[in-house]
Amino acid sequence: MTLSGAVAIAGAYEHPTRWAPDKTEFQIMAESAKGALDDAGLTIRDVDALFAASMTMSGMGIVDLAEYLNLKPDYLDGTNIGGSSFVAHVAHAAAAIHAGLCEVALVLYGSTAASNAMAIGTGMGAERRDPSASFSTPYGMTTVGSYALVAQLHQQRFGTTSEQLAEIAVAMRHHASLNPHAKMRQPITVEDVLASRMISEPLHLLDCCIISDGGGAVVVTSAARARDLPKPPVLILGCGEAVAHQEIGRADLLTTAASQSGPKAFGMAGVTHDDIDFCMIYDSFTITVLATLENLGFCKIGDGGSFVSDGRIRLGGALPVNPDGGGLSSNHPGMRGIFLVIEATKQLRGECGERQVEGARLACVHGTGGTLGVAHSGATLILGVE
Amino acid sequence: MSELTHPAPYASWETRGWWEGAGRGEIVLQRCTSCGVVQHKPRALCVSCLGDTIEHFVASGRGTIHTFTVTHQNVAPPWNGQLPYVLAYVELEEGPRVLTNIVGADPAELRIGQPVVADFAATPRDDGEAFAVPRFRPA
Repeated sequence: MTLSGAVAIAGAYEHPTRWAPDKTEFQIMAESAKGALDDAGLTIRDVDALFAASMTMSGMGIVDLAEYLNLKPDYLDGTNIGGSSFVAHVAHAAAAIHAGLCEVALVLYGSTAASNAMAIGTGMGAERRDPSASFSTPYGMTTVGSYALVAQLHQQRFGTTSEQLAEIAVAMRHHASLNPHAKMRQPITVEDVLASRMISEPLHLLDCCIISDGGGAVVVTSAARARDLPKPPVLILGCGEAVAHQEIGRADLLTTAASQSGPKAFGMAGVTHDDIDFCMIYDSFTITVLATLENLGFCKIGDGGSFVSDGRIRLGGALPVNPDGGGLSSNHPGMRGIFLVIEATKQLRGECGERQVEGARLACVHGTGGTLGVAHSGATLILGVE
Repeated sequence: MSELTHPAPYASWETRGWWEGAGRGEIVLQRCTSCGVVQHKPRALCVSCLGDTIEHFVASGRGTIHTFTVTHQNVAPPWNGQLPYVLAYVELEEGPRVLTNIVGADPAELRIGQPVVADFAATPRDDGEAFAVPRFRPA
């Protein structure tokens, strides 16, 4: 039997907090686990597989987390490929469940990035000795700078404008205005984005995601078991994973990991771009959304600027993106991938109230982790309901 | 702007050719004598053929700006004291694109495709090694 459709998301929970100086990462993960297991109609005793990554967990952090939760799972995965990790975790969990290695997987994230004052996008000062960082640190490479290098090249090569990039931030803020948990809900205009201070040219402050605290959890199990649980199963129809980096100094910066993971996921799911009702796309910066849409194949590389214009990616448009308001406006506690999966699940179940995508049956989810123009990972999921 | 100060590079056994070359005022690249591929960043072996026949050679030090960003915010020292600065990829004549800084120019005047030449900032150490950080300035 094929993996496509054999495994489902049975529970999902987004922690409502955006500011939690009184909580630890593991506490936020545990509170989120409770929410997702309640949502799935399961208990912590049903969990036999644990997946997590965070901003501060060490290489063996997944073992510490198992102890914190007093879990002794049959399957552990602490893969950390940046903010996309949780999208990849769902795919890894699907493969493990499909292979019969485990039955109920819990995917967790928690972070106090904001209350710990982590300069996620504009820090990177610490000396790192791995071969990769040793060629970035002497040059003051920042996270936002790595994305800005791509944005500048895109603008120069294709005439993409800052107004077109700003359109993405405006759409996300509009969606956040409909999300009661979103951190930034006051509508903004293209002019507001362009008038906000420059961070790393051509990206302004409002081209950048916010920094919040937060967390979430997802429960993954076999589709067969999920059908006996209270909520409609959200089937994992396709998945793909990839990495893009400087290669040996020849990389095409406009070709992202999504160009590799996307076709894998679409191919496995057996669906086309026209079938997709909405997208959840990691919006660390406005350019991330534009480059991802292009590399997933929703438009040609170079056409992203016009593609995101005229309300196409807004609720009510042809391809709504991030109806929760995304990292640009709802929440971004350092690694956002888990929220892509949670919102996709809730949308596909029709649970999203004012921000509901009408008739949402099929979603494309893509997480980007790391530094876009320097080295990043990508993970794609195609999710759907029966 | 032109007096950009860099953190001292960490040079491993694999990468010291680049930093040591810069200390002599040279851009030093790696070429595989088996398959001929020029690679950057430096590694102990050629990752195109996994051969261990890597040689170092002195490159021209000339290239063009592949892309760049004028950085207005970085909270980490020494960068927070020398904003704005220019982060860039320079495409070297020999092929590889290297992450670097552009100095000696008004950032507003820079453009993609602009010819640049290497410029070296010594990073003094107390152990007798003479390393420098290669960056580029308009040709």
